[in-house]
Amino acid sequence: MGGYTSQELTAIFVMQGFSGLSLFCVFLLMALGLAIIFGQMGVINMAHGEFLTLGAYITWMVSELATETWPWMQEFYFPLAVVLAFAGTFILGYLVEMLLIRRLYSRPLDTLLATWGLGLILQQIYRSTFGPREVSVVMPDWLMGSWAPTDIIDIPLNGLFVMGITSLMTLLVVILLYRSRWGIKVRATTQNRAMANAAGINTQRVDRFTFALGCGIAGVAGAAFTTIASTGPTTGSLYIVDTFLVVVFGGAASLLGTVVSAFGIAQSQSILEFFLSGSMAKVITLLTVVGILMFRPQGLFASKVRR
Amino acid sequence: MHDSTRSKPAWKRRLLGLALSTGLGFSGMVGATEVNTTGLAVTDDTVKVGILHSITGTMAISETGSVEAEMLAIEQINAAGGVLGRQIEIIQEDGASDWPTFAEKARKLLVQDNVAAVFGCWTSASRKAVLPVFENENGMLYYPTFYEGLEQSKNVIYTGQEATQQIIAGLDWIAEEKDAKTFYLVGSDYIWPRTSNKIARKHIEDVLGGTVVGEEYYPLGNTNFGSLINKIRLKKPDVVYSSIVGGSNVAWWKQLKAAGITSDRQTIMTISVTEDEVLGIGGENMEGFYSAMKYFQSLDNENNVAFVDAFKERWGDDSVIGDVTQAAYLGPWLWKAAVEKAGSFDVDAVAAASPGIELTTAPEGYVKVHDNHHLWSKLRVGRWNADGQAEVVYESDLIEPNPFPEGYQ
Repeated sequence: MGGYTSQELTAIFVMQGFSGLSLFCVFLLMALGLAIIFGQMGVINMAHGEFLTLGAYITWMVSELATETWPWMQEFYFPLAVVLAFAGTFILGYLVEMLLIRRLYSRPLDTLLATWGLGLILQQIYRSTFGPREVSVVMPDWLMGSWAPTDIIDIPLNGLFVMGITSLMTLLVVILLYRSRWGIKVRATTQNRAMANAAGINTQRVDRFTFALGCGIAGVAGAAFTTIASTGPTTGSLYIVDTFLVVVFGGAASLLGTVVSAFGIAQSQSILEFFLSGSMAKVITLLTVVGILMFRPQGLFASKVRR
Repeated sequence: MHDSTRSKPAWKRRLLGLALSTGLGFSGMVGATEVNTTGLAVTDDTVKVGILHSITGTMAISETGSVEAEMLAIEQINAAGGVLGRQIEIIQEDGASDWPTFAEKARKLLVQDNVAAVFGCWTSASRKAVLPVFENENGMLYYPTFYEGLEQSKNVIYTGQEATQQIIAGLDWIAEEKDAKTFYLVGSDYIWPRTSNKIARKHIEDVLGGTVVGEEYYPLGNTNFGSLINKIRLKKPDVVYSSIVGGSNVAWWKQLKAAGITSDRQTIMTISVTEDEVLGIGGENMEGFYSAMKYFQSLDNENNVAFVDAFKERWGDDSVIGDVTQAAYLGPWLWKAAVEKAGSFDVDAVAAASPGIELTTAPEGYVKVHDNHHLWSKLRVGRWNADGQAEVVYESDLIEPNPFPEGYQ
């Protein structure tokens, strides 16, 4: 790194650290919903990305409405959009569980195919409804641009925003899972469905709510990602591979595992990208993950579930 | 494909044609057999053509504009009396963003429907997939996308620019305008950006006397450009030269803007952003950056004003027209001109008549088909405004297409 002042190098170091952190938040936010569904219920939801897309489209609709109908709302619509994105995807998730997933609990491979098909159907519905072209969500001014603590450091505001949402959602999920009656029921159902049933837990209702919640979180992720990336019918598929990677690498049933794995993958990706090219960074990250999974097939943090 | 779907034996077709042409011979029109000796779907008052694009799947985002433009052109040709007095009928097939599907549908259009020409394909991968089909079945393809070059076929007319047409004049302009010496090349990781950057690097180093301080590729669909943006900050190149495509494109420009890299701090030129892409990126995120293309919707000439009006009337006021959409619009008109010059729908005759065809009515101005089946065209540099339209700041002379540039490979 010849020819650079130490001040410049510090600035780059700070910004690079932030870039890794924001990638971590993106990974974590999209993996949270899947961690609940895949981790707690064992359902491989291939349509997870399409729930994310729905959240993004809901955000776009609210933004259009705000720009065209209520211009005064322009600055404030975003929080409302996030809430609506959650509500919309939660409801869709609830219906999907009721009509489709519920019938396939004992057949994991069929679930995989069924949800993949569902994903394709949803993609085409988005395409027919919103058109095949990508749409752009108009950002409120407070989400644009960057915060510059010094002359040469720029911290993107939308990155900070995604970080905020990720922290909030993670906190909510932790509280729900480990500090609420519903969480106790979910964990009981995960550990031993028959016993949970016998103890008077309505496992069917628990399943339905768990699935819907996971989808709702995907919707929030979709809303948050409109600030950093594209909104189109296939947006969700940009994230789905990384999402599964994070969840599988972390150990399916462990929330802590998801957090650690998202952090590890994001940081190594981000650091490698800085020293190598983007494609090589991806190759090395994936090879490392595959290598580690060969020795720890159950993921970083194995759960102690009796099978 | 199944052999059973192949067309009727030649003698039956000829008999049928004979019956039709004698029946209508007194009308004074040229009979179907004379303009069609190869069994194409041509009657005395209609001719069938195919449109083959993805209307489902990932690529639908890009190909929709092309379908719209081709349909508009065909409708206009029909309204003006058709081709050799025959109304054009469209058979549309969906390539579904899947390359084997493209090949299968191309075969269906050529073998089963006997279409006289096909307007279609968008990605190089889909074109490569259908190319053997068009060559074996002797069909005619009009391909609209700007692409990496290194290809030439008797059965294809390339209505978009090949790489040297798009790259060299643009680099010359920006190097002079911004007194640029250092360049940072970025792209998505597939053949078009890699070939384009090979040409760009060669030109920068050998002709412009500049240096390439970085060359990088990101996987298609990558949505995080934080590290790349930091590297650009560190290297401080005079120009960033981008060929990032698809969903990544939106993430790339949004994150540049969010990182405080605006056009007054960094010059960026791209060869992969048209009006279509700006819809998804948002004009406010592109403001002040440059695109090098042959066409922009804002072009100020009579042909283009009429074209934009007709397009909006047909497809809605909100529609935008990008470079490839305009190139797709040229396809049916070039085909019509070639058929009329040849006096025949036969593919061999049309292919032979194509070189030298001129269109003075093209929205991009004047184009002419070269012997190598590519078009002579100009290169323009557009500077994006916040409203999603570009202001043309540079226009080159007509550039000769050169799909096999020597020394650039």
